[in-house]
Amino acid sequence: MNYVTELILILVSSAIVNNVVLSQFLGICPFLGVSKRVETAAGMGGAVIFVITIASFVSSVIYKFILAPTGFDYMKTIVFILVIAALVQFVEMFLKKSVPSLYQSLGVYLPLITTNCAVLGTALNNVQYEYDILQSVINGVGVSVGFTIAIVIMAGIREKIEYNDIPKTFKGSAIVLVTAGLMAMAFLGFSGII
Amino acid sequence: MNKYIERIYNGVWKENPTFVLMLGMCPTLAVTTSAINGIGMGLSTTVVLILSNMMISALRNIIPDRVRMPAFIVVVASFVTMVDFLMQGFVPSLYDSLGIYIPLIVVNCIILGRAESYASKNPIVESMFDGIGMGLGFTIGLTLIGSVREILGNGSIFDVNIAVLNDYHITLFGLAPGAFFVLSILVALMNIVRKKMEEKGKPLPPVQGCLAGDCRTCTLSSGCTGKATITKEVLPPVNPKDVAKPVPDTRIEVEHTSNTLNTIDVEKSGSDSSYADDDIVEKGKEES
Repeated sequence: MNYVTELILILVSSAIVNNVVLSQFLGICPFLGVSKRVETAAGMGGAVIFVITIASFVSSVIYKFILAPTGFDYMKTIVFILVIAALVQFVEMFLKKSVPSLYQSLGVYLPLITTNCAVLGTALNNVQYEYDILQSVINGVGVSVGFTIAIVIMAGIREKIEYNDIPKTFKGSAIVLVTAGLMAMAFLGFSGII
Repeated sequence: MNKYIERIYNGVWKENPTFVLMLGMCPTLAVTTSAINGIGMGLSTTVVLILSNMMISALRNIIPDRVRMPAFIVVVASFVTMVDFLMQGFVPSLYDSLGIYIPLIVVNCIILGRAESYASKNPIVESMFDGIGMGLGFTIGLTLIGSVREILGNGSIFDVNIAVLNDYHITLFGLAPGAFFVLSILVALMNIVRKKMEEKGKPLPPVQGCLAGDCRTCTLSSGCTGKATITKEVLPPVNPKDVAKPVPDTRIEVEHTSNTLNTIDVEKSGSDSSYADDDIVEKGKEES
């Protein structure tokens, strides 16, 4: 298979077919917590795209050039989580100093994703699927775009749900989970395309 | 009651992490496709929880307060790596079916939460029993959810086929949507139980973590600090910017702001569904 085709397949499969939230259950927390309004959901999505893309690049570089050659690949969980935590802090400081406009739109969401399991999960998946560096980055972009698609759709639905007459016991997170289940069913339909 | 038995009772029943506190939603949704997977995930989390609780409790006077979160994470991650290897070696089939969710035990809220709110303040043996209690509670929760999904989705339980159900199983419950549906029904049932208990005058401990809409309990610092267990108030408006830095003075600041702003916050967001994004938007506006 052509390398470029492979990249496109990785992108489509991680964004839509194996959607990170709706079929892998990573990043459930912000998906349920920060999806009340479309604006905030989109902001969160932007921050997640930013962090996961950078984190999957950095983690795969570290794995490829430091952990794998020295035989320390079993340390990957420890190293990745520390690297990701440090990276988010670093990105936050960097944005604050040099790109204040971007910081204003994404900054508040950055700390929320420090130990988001989607970030660590993507880094570990990249290693498990033996992706090279470019493939890891593409996979990171795909995963985070998939997250953004899911959370924005969810926020749109929840804005409508606000005005609906829901049984009392299902108010709050229960109805959100039912909605997520229906969305997951819809995304299940994509599973045939790859 | 003996204080050790009390810790186990607390974890299994009173503050059950799955049913009452609703913590650790990622594994709860992801690995409960069958009862066996539920038990496997629950037990491996229990082992990590017991060991990390003991280690953190032993080191509680050595770890400086400023770097406690990174230190806890290193301890937890080391034990997770060990459990990962042990499972790969001794239960390879379970290891394959749990896959990436084993290393992801590191970011499970229950573990860091117990480290911060219990183990870092209490002696070793009590912390160990706290780990056993919470771990067993989590295992029971995952196993029950896994059994329900396996019965509905596959017509079997612990891989033993059930006569009639096996012919009429609903495959959907074994797949991703089923996880959401089962959990939503669980949340709805717990809402009823909560209401009943409140009427009786014995309110349950509040839901923590993701389902309380408080994403900050999933992040590093206040993250799983178990702040919710200590204060039990509706979303103290922490500036999310300060949250990820485990520096002591931010905590003082947090309490400071919570006094001034909390009343407004409580009025604005209802008692059951108080979501974090209201805050975030406000903070975002304040900053801009």
